[in-house]
This record gives sequence, C-alpha cells and structure tokens, in this order.
Amino acid sequence: MSAGGLLRSPALRRAAGGELSGSLWRQAGRRFRRNRAAMISIGVLLVIALTSVLVPAFWPHAVEDASWENILLPPSFENWHWFGTDANGRDQFVRVFYGGRISLTIGLMTTLVALGIGVGYGAVAGFTGGRTDGFMMRFVDILYSLPLLFFIIILVTVFGRNIFLIFVAIGAVEWLTLSRIVRGQTLSVKAKEYVESAVAIGLSKPAILRRYIIPNVVGPVVVYVTLLIPTNILIESYLSFIGLGVQEPLTSWGLLISQAVGQLDTAPWLILFPATFLAITMFCFNFIGDGLRDALDPSHR
Amino acid sequence: MAEPSQGWRLPEEGGRRTASPEPPCYARAMLAFTLRRLAVAIPTLLAIATASFFLMRAAPGGPFDTEADLDPVVLENLYRAYGLDQPLLEQYWIYLANVLQGDFGPSLVYEDFNVTELIAIGLPVSARLGFTAMFVALLLGATCGIVAALRHNRLFDHATMTMAMTGIAIPSFVTAPILALFFGLYLKLLPVAGWNGGAAANMVLPVIALALPQLAIIARLMRGGMLEVLRANFVRTARAKGLPERQVVINHVLQSAAVPLVGYLGPALAGIMTGSLVIELIFDLPGVGRYFIQGALNRDYPLVMGIVIVYGTLIILLNLLSDLAYAALDPRVRRTYR
Repeated sequence: MSAGGLLRSPALRRAAGGELSGSLWRQAGRRFRRNRAAMISIGVLLVIALTSVLVPAFWPHAVEDASWENILLPPSFENWHWFGTDANGRDQFVRVFYGGRISLTIGLMTTLVALGIGVGYGAVAGFTGGRTDGFMMRFVDILYSLPLLFFIIILVTVFGRNIFLIFVAIGAVEWLTLSRIVRGQTLSVKAKEYVESAVAIGLSKPAILRRYIIPNVVGPVVVYVTLLIPTNILIESYLSFIGLGVQEPLTSWGLLISQAVGQLDTAPWLILFPATFLAITMFCFNFIGDGLRDALDPSHR
Repeated sequence: MAEPSQGWRLPEEGGRRTASPEPPCYARAMLAFTLRRLAVAIPTLLAIATASFFLMRAAPGGPFDTEADLDPVVLENLYRAYGLDQPLLEQYWIYLANVLQGDFGPSLVYEDFNVTELIAIGLPVSARLGFTAMFVALLLGATCGIVAALRHNRLFDHATMTMAMTGIAIPSFVTAPILALFFGLYLKLLPVAGWNGGAAANMVLPVIALALPQLAIIARLMRGGMLEVLRANFVRTARAKGLPERQVVINHVLQSAAVPLVGYLGPALAGIMTGSLVIELIFDLPGVGRYFIQGALNRDYPLVMGIVIVYGTLIILLNLLSDLAYAALDPRVRRTYR
C-alpha cells in the first residue's frame, strides 16, 4: 500500500482516517452545514420518517380499522381523528403516516435499484471505453428517448401489482441518467495523472477502480440520488393514483390522494394531508440535493 | 467551454459583414446530424414495438379472463379469431407487418372498434390538450423566467422561483382536482369535468393543470439561461458600446438564453404526454390516455401496444425536431452525435 502514499486522492485520505484532513470533503461538509435550507430539510425529513415509523405503532386507531359510524368525519381533536376519517371510517391521520412509510420506502428502494444498475453499467462503460462504451451508451440513448412511464405501466400491468415489482419496475427505468453521470465522470477521472501513475506502477484494474475512480464518482452520484428519490416517490404516487401502484390494504400518499379525490366535494380535507406531506417531502429532497450540489461543486453556484 | 466558431470572420474590406457566420459546411453538418439521429430513431421504434409486444405477451392471465367460466371451445374460438393461437414469433411478425401498414389490430375490450379507430378518436383530443398546454407553458414559463432574471434577487424573482419550486413539488394529480373543486364546484365559473367537443371553457382547467409543472421547469431553465448570458462578455460589450438595456436584452441576450430551453422541448413534450394520462382521467376527457389506462387495467394488448407505438413515434419525432433545432443553434451539439 505504501506505493499509493503520495498518490492518494483527497477522498481516500479522508476514508483512511482523516489525519491528513481530507480537506476537500471536509470543506464540502462545512459548506453543506452552512446551507440553512438543506439542514432544515434534513431535520424535517427525519421527523417525517420517524413519525411514519412510530405513529402507526402507537396511534389509538389502527390503519385498517373501519367504522361505519365515523364515515368522513372532519378533522378534530376529539376521538383522535386529527385528520378526520375516510369514506370507510378509517382514521386519516394514521393512514397518512402509514402511507408515508410506504412512499418513503418505495422512494429509497427504487433509487437503490436504479443506483445498482446505473453505477454498474456506467462504470463498466466508462472504464472499458472504446467500442463497448460506444455500444452501451448508444443503448442508453435509445432507452432515453422512449416514453418510459408507459413502460413502467406495462411492467406493472404485466407482472401484477406487487410492491416489490414496483421497486424493480421504477428502478429498472430510472437508472439511465445515473449511468451517464457515472460514465462521464469515470472517463474524465481515467484521464487524470494519478490514474496514469497508478497504471504505471502496475495496480490492477479492480484496484484502480476501487481506489481512484469510485471515490471521485461519488459526489455527483450522491447529488443525483437525492434528486432521484423524490422523482421516484412521485412516479409511485402517479402509478397509485391511476390504480396501478400500491394496492389495498397497503396504502401510499398517491393512493390516499387518489381516494381523497373521489370524496373531494364531500370531504375536501382528506386530500390536504397526504398532498401536503408529499409536497413537503419533495421540497426537502430538492433542497438537500441543491445543497449537496452547491457544497460538492462550489463552482456550480 | 465554447470553442470560438471558425465561421466568424472579421468584417471584410469596406466594413461589409459576411452574410453567414457559419462555415460553408454548415448544411452538410446539419444533414449528417439529421441522418445520424434518424439512424438511431428507426431501431428505437423497432425496439419499442418489440419490447411492448413481448412484455404484454409475457403477462400471466389472458384478455378474456374477466368473463368468468367461458366454455373452452368458445375460448379457443376467441383465441383463433384474434390470432392468439399462433406461435409467438409468428404473431410477432404478423403484428409488425400489420403495424407497418397502420393496422394495430382489433381492440379486445372495446368490441366493434379496432385500435386504429380508437386512437383516431382519442388522439385529436389529447393532441389539442397537449399542444395548448405546451404553448401556455412555453409562453408563460419563458416570460416569467425572463422577468425573474432581469429582476434578479428582487421580490419578483424570489416570488416566481418559490412558486416554480411549488409547481414542481406538487404533482398535477393534486392541483387538478383542487382546481376543479375551487373553480368548478365552489365558484361555478368553469365546468368541473367533461370535454364538450373541446369547448374553451372545458379546456381551461385541464390545460392549466397540465401546463403547471412544465411551466415551472421552463421558468427555472429560462431564468438560469438568462442569468448566465447576462454575465457573458458579449453582453458587457453590448452595454459598453452604449446600447439601451432593452436592446441588449432583446437583440443579444434572449437568443442565447433560449438555447437550453430548446433542448428541453423534447422532454417537456414527453412530460406533457404522460401527464395527460392522469389529467384525462381526472377531467374525464375522451383522449388517448383514458384508453391507455383502461387497456392496461384490462390487458387489452393490441390497444396498449398501439398507443405505446404511436406515442413512442410521436415522442421520437418531436425529440428529433427539438434536437435539430438545438443543433442548428449550438454548434457544439452537432459534434456530439458521431
């Protein structure tokens, strides 16, 4: 390992323990922490995530508890129906948080799937280069110009509306930009002198990939991923809205909105809460993404 | 960074400017670019048709499952009538050949209609809705973006950008019903739903709901482009030579600032087409989107495939046009498609 001593990139120095003060990353961290919108967003998201986990466990009403006496009650503090009740007399408060659990899970899982495919594909294309790269990227170009939402719809239609399938269907479609980012970054890092010298001292390809390429690709990928999560949450709610996403008894913000639309004239408050939570989540992820981008690439401001 | 275009020449003797700033091979470069893009477009279309065909056929469950307990003989006859008893590859070739002749086959759910007829019924509605929304989004979005950039960091700028953020964060399936509730049910100004032959009053709410997210993105793009160009050297030059600000903006800034917008036209249209599915559902409009969702829910293979192919073709064509416009404006783009 001593051969790498002089050559290590800042990211690696930080990973190695930080005595050398991986200053670039630390500076980025400091810039990010100074971004108030992003920090508040992280706090708000944490609160939403925590409450989504805790509320359904501790709330006096259960998610599926229907009661025919309490149909479409307006919000009130009596009887713990803070957000009112839906058309089946189920407590909207607990349903909104339960839906949040699923929406957030879907956002994270689909992004993980996209991350896996996109990073793998892009890294291979960028690192291999040449004709393989050209071919692989042309394939991405072709997929890019397709109406992808239509394909997600076909995928969920064809393979049933199981929640794992939604992860895969959305993830399998949303990796394209990621692969482009990773490939572009890989290509530009590959041409750097420190990689050249690593090749010169005889480091193996996987070692170069692991020690030089990946740490340098992390930044833009992290930024894109924080922006991909809300996109995917939105796609899921879109699917649920048209009846092709999450199915009862599970619920998600999209499904809650869709059900609330049916009651809009009699119970307009029902749409308010899931829509607000969805919008707040979108905002937060977007602010965090912007904050990360500004922090990691100060020239971008 | 932009390389200096080799086409710029100093004014010739006598101060006469050369008519075209582009090198003489401009037309050839554009033609080559067009051909290269077309060479990608055709396999793409084939890929769309193939992918949707095999995906739909991989589906468990058939199109006639809903009619409980059909006599096996009847079922067999149905399958034979629709050609579903042939080997899969055979069906695929027949389908491709038919599609090339504009025949997407019979709809399995809407009896008495074939898919081409259904699309012919729905497409004018969807197209009218989509293009109006696109027009509104472009016009208002670009205007908001321009004004916001000119009032950079002032109240109007912050207000528009906050609204744009909101427009992006709130999905159209939330804004649409709320608009319908507010303007339709409470104020009784506009119809809550329905198409009514495309009457203007019926178009207003769907168009707004459909245009809003794209409007927000376009406003942000336009503002970003403007801010970048306003800082450019040639703008400083224009101001230095004493042009009034109005003229600087109109003659020098707008053109270059609109370039990223042109590149976004294709994705914007795709966004409007997909957004239209939900809007048509909410406002109960007889467009393609409604048939698509009904078809998807009922496993009406030919209908779904037909719509995907038609929409795919449209998106590819419009993307091609937008790319061509982009390449015509920005020489860097022309070099990317080798």
